[in-house]
Amino acid sequence: MKHEDLFKQFEGIIPPKSLQEVRDLVPASATKTQVTTILNNVKNAYSNASVHAGECVGLVSAESIGEPGTQMTLNTFHFAGVAEMNVTTGLPRIIEIFDARKTIKTPMMEIYLKAPHNSIENIKTLAARIKETLLGEFVSEFSLDIFEQRLALTINQDLIQDHNLEMKDLGKILRTKVKTCTITIEDNVLLFSPKSKTDDIKSLYAIKEKVRVVKVAGIKGVKQVLPVKRGEEYIILTSGVNLKSVLEMPEVDGTRTNSNDMYEIEAVYGIEAVRQLIIDEVYKVIEAQGLNIDVRHVMLVADIMCANGHLKGITRYGVVKEKASVLARASFETPITHLVNAALESETDNLTSVVENVMINQPVPLGTGLPGLITKMK
Amino acid sequence: MQPQYVSKKIKSINFGVLPPKLIRDMAAVKVVTPELYDREGYPVDGGLMDLHLGVIDPGLRCKTDGHKLKDSLGHFGYIELARPVIHIKFARHILDLLRATDKHTGKLIIPEEKIAGYIKKLDSVAAQEGLQARRKKVKEILRRYVDKQKRAGMDIIKIEKPYTYYEGDRRLSPIEVRSRLERIPAEDLKFFAHPEGFRPEWQVLTVLQIPPVTMRPSITLESGERSEDDLTHKLGDIVRINQRLFENINAGAPEVIIEDLWDLLQYHVTTFFDNAVAQLPPARHRGGQALKTLTSRISSKEGRIRHNLAGKRTDFSARTVISPDPMIDLNEVGVPKKIAMNLTIPERVTEWNIEHLKIYVRNGRKLYPGANYIIKPDGKRKTITEETHEEILEELEPGYIVERHLIDGDIALFNRQPSLHRMSMMCHRVKVLPGRTFRLNPSVCNPYNADFDGDEMNLHVPQTEEARSEAQILMLVETQIISPGYGLSVVGCIHDAITGNYLLTKELVLTRNEAIDLLYSCGIDDVSSIAGKDKVDGKEVFSALLPNDFNYVGKDKSGNDVKIVKGKLKSGYMDKANLGQESGLMLRNIYELYGPTYTATLLGQITKLGIAVLARRGFSIGVKDMDISQDTKDAINDTIEKAYALVDKIITQFKSGDLQPLPGRSVQETMELRILETLNKVRNKTGDLAMKQVRDSSALTMARCGSRGNALNIAQMTATVGQQALRGRRIDHGFSGRTLPYFKIGDLSPTARGFIKNNFKTGLTPNEFFFGAMTGRDALMDTALRTPKSGYLYRRLSNSLQDLKVDYDGSVRDASGKVVQFLYGEDGLDVSKSKNGYIDVKKIVQDVLGVAK
Repeated sequence: MKHEDLFKQFEGIIPPKSLQEVRDLVPASATKTQVTTILNNVKNAYSNASVHAGECVGLVSAESIGEPGTQMTLNTFHFAGVAEMNVTTGLPRIIEIFDARKTIKTPMMEIYLKAPHNSIENIKTLAARIKETLLGEFVSEFSLDIFEQRLALTINQDLIQDHNLEMKDLGKILRTKVKTCTITIEDNVLLFSPKSKTDDIKSLYAIKEKVRVVKVAGIKGVKQVLPVKRGEEYIILTSGVNLKSVLEMPEVDGTRTNSNDMYEIEAVYGIEAVRQLIIDEVYKVIEAQGLNIDVRHVMLVADIMCANGHLKGITRYGVVKEKASVLARASFETPITHLVNAALESETDNLTSVVENVMINQPVPLGTGLPGLITKMK
Repeated sequence: MQPQYVSKKIKSINFGVLPPKLIRDMAAVKVVTPELYDREGYPVDGGLMDLHLGVIDPGLRCKTDGHKLKDSLGHFGYIELARPVIHIKFARHILDLLRATDKHTGKLIIPEEKIAGYIKKLDSVAAQEGLQARRKKVKEILRRYVDKQKRAGMDIIKIEKPYTYYEGDRRLSPIEVRSRLERIPAEDLKFFAHPEGFRPEWQVLTVLQIPPVTMRPSITLESGERSEDDLTHKLGDIVRINQRLFENINAGAPEVIIEDLWDLLQYHVTTFFDNAVAQLPPARHRGGQALKTLTSRISSKEGRIRHNLAGKRTDFSARTVISPDPMIDLNEVGVPKKIAMNLTIPERVTEWNIEHLKIYVRNGRKLYPGANYIIKPDGKRKTITEETHEEILEELEPGYIVERHLIDGDIALFNRQPSLHRMSMMCHRVKVLPGRTFRLNPSVCNPYNADFDGDEMNLHVPQTEEARSEAQILMLVETQIISPGYGLSVVGCIHDAITGNYLLTKELVLTRNEAIDLLYSCGIDDVSSIAGKDKVDGKEVFSALLPNDFNYVGKDKSGNDVKIVKGKLKSGYMDKANLGQESGLMLRNIYELYGPTYTATLLGQITKLGIAVLARRGFSIGVKDMDISQDTKDAINDTIEKAYALVDKIITQFKSGDLQPLPGRSVQETMELRILETLNKVRNKTGDLAMKQVRDSSALTMARCGSRGNALNIAQMTATVGQQALRGRRIDHGFSGRTLPYFKIGDLSPTARGFIKNNFKTGLTPNEFFFGAMTGRDALMDTALRTPKSGYLYRRLSNSLQDLKVDYDGSVRDASGKVVQFLYGEDGLDVSKSKNGYIDVKKIVQDVLGVAK
């Protein structure tokens, strides 16, 4: 770059993104004075557009998200015709995120794979390996032998071969999972006979139900897999999440693989990743609804949800609970509890935020209410 | 109004528990009798309405402070309870304390040497994560030791909700509970974060504070009968039972009777505090309605906190229906004369304005512009009437305040509920107009989200200089043009204003007279730019509004370049993309270069120009606008037929099992998806055909320039309404296997599953109409269910974010100074000063290098 030294000077003064834009836009023919004026003008534009101290950015963000919220749809629709997973969108998803729900409606993962595995040939088998497969899916026939007191499962051989399994392997897995039965293999039939002999058919039925949902292959919790093309490569979309186990697979590209479950992200990737997830997920919904909300507002909400290192919801048990002011907490929900506890611990409300000051008719310490006047008394 | 100086400021509010001694000491009277009034209707001494507790009747004086009604704030009293009772709100905490302490010594069950360490740890938790976290930690530590006791086989104190304690099988009476609490040494209380001087036994009540009568006023019914407040009723019960208990104890009644009365007293005191305790039947009126006692007075939306403390009411406000008036300025509000004569502004008399103000006083309250009151320097208020106004005119001198009527140019705040964002309440200049409605410029409808189907709006008149100037500087309409949500203009031309300018810049060629007429009508008197021309192009007329040094390059709605060089519109048409709200950078750039006031004026002029154009040219729509040629009709029918055939094919494939499922979908889903896709394509295709063929009609013009309607609306009117989708699918057949009895069971064809082949002009068949009604109803339900949900989300958001502010160092902090962001939005940009969230680097570069590219 021709005027690199000039750009260097403005680093840290102009935000990097704008600086890069100038770099891209200025033609090589531009003279030094021209570049200097451009950079100075950008600098001025930046300082003119920066926030003033005391600006109540929190409320502005709340308004900017809350107001278009009334225009969002309630429908959790998915786009017809496109081979994509069914995802919660619209207002329900936003509420889910801001509540920081432990269980979300449609948990999902996007699994990216390392170079040789992300081709169309390899993706199918990998996807099949990831999907949680229960024994019941392999069984072509269940039969209860009441005289012998045993349960016989006929296994579909084609299916288990797809999963690279043999009867032996099934027996091995089942022996660790089902301890109350002795398991024998005859050709393509698995035989279960309870160790403690009873004449009860009920217990046999119970075993049948239990055996059916034993996981024999794949990753726990992954209920559905869908290979999808993203750009040049193929990735796997799953419904149901289990990031930890997925990341243990050597084929998986851990730098890009993602989930939409905030608590799982917090446990696996950490709090900063949760913040980014909140921003991405909320913004995805906003864009899908065709709304225009600046990212900064979403960022602020994400930041306050993650501010103390743990994920907190925008609820009376989360962010609001941690406010310093008694009256601010009381004015939200369950006022009595807050007042009683405050009384027992002799809490002091220092009236530093908004509602308390509204309550006692004093100026609010935001915006024009923030600065005070100090004067010498005679 | 007398100048009011704030001499005292509340710095902090401390919460605590009142000691019984203090309750007795601060009490004005001891209540001993449940009677309220004597035979003359005079409050009984020592009763619940005792005059020492304050006055609620006119004419009486408070015996404590000697003031009359309204001046006396009221005073607390007390009653001495015959036996102690548990305070219901502390029941849970008392249990914790009882479990945590030894029953004989009262010391904590934690080994003594460990206590100090625990307290230190707890206090650091409190400092870092707050008292809530500390409370949790305390319980955690205690649970360990209580479990240890349990394992050792000791009796753990249990609570039988709501307020009975058991140790093993033995019931602990409140007296016993109290004496155990008394034994707890002061230093052990630090463990629970109790402050110095607090005694846990205060949680078991021995005296009960009686709230002042002003807090529980009685109402006199028309019949002259008195109806007492719920609290008074409840207190009456308490006093009555308390007296009976006293008498029985003194008479040496059997223990059973005393126990019963004691329980009853406990019940009454409990319901006095909270009448919605889970295990207790709520105390009721004779009619069966539950009493509203202390807890329900405080909590909930209608409670004291949210209704009276966090929400305030004001004087000097007005509310009426709104109607549009494009001829008033963007920042004006048309106020009916009647309202202007009722709302006043206090103006201080000085030697310079005295003559001026005398005019108002002379006019009085009946003539406009007049005045309603004057306020003397001593604060006395005088009404101006026919009789008094001569006299007032005489005495008026500097130092007086005249409350004069609203006049043009006064500052007022204008608001429409729901106030969802800050543009829902903006400052306007008053323009007094005849009529009975508030008038506003249609361009500001968008920020208020107002229309004129009967909407009402509120007007507030600030009463002090500080309030007025703050409103004027921070809230005036033009300062709010750029939305803080996304950094683009929220006001812009709408409807006719867009259509007019579109037609003007697109096709109109005017004579000079017409052009000058147009410009004059929108307030432009400098017509030098079109001097000497016989034929004036519409673009030139529009350009006459623009500033001479304005350069702009952009796109219009249909994607053509819009180029403005030196204030001259060179190419492109003015349509929604540049004039409309929430879009385009043209208004945004003007705002940046020439400032808010100029933008507001320009916007007003553009609006007036557009309307003037339409008024002179004429513009109307009719059924004829939807006519299409026979060829197009055939083409549309053909498209539909083809799609039907395709759908038939998909259905046959599905039935024969030949349909290949999409990955991750069942065959049935695949079929539905494919059909839906095909049918959705039909509407787009027929719509395109129709748009091409529709005569160059007014309806089409409006859709093109974006003032009203879109391609879809026109397609639905002229070609086909299309597939009705319910929850993203075709209309489902439900339990009966068909959508309507008209169809065969299991019919999968488009017609049977909600495809509307007809258009709105030809009209729908009955079954089509029914399908349309289904989706219409679904949309209505969606709206009805969404509003409260998003409202609650909004309330939670604003409650948790309200105290975040940008500090002087550019970081975002909450009220207690904790950092939330180190630099707001990662770059410190204010969205309302940015362009859609960015700095327009491209424009800066272009400006410096010239618009060469």
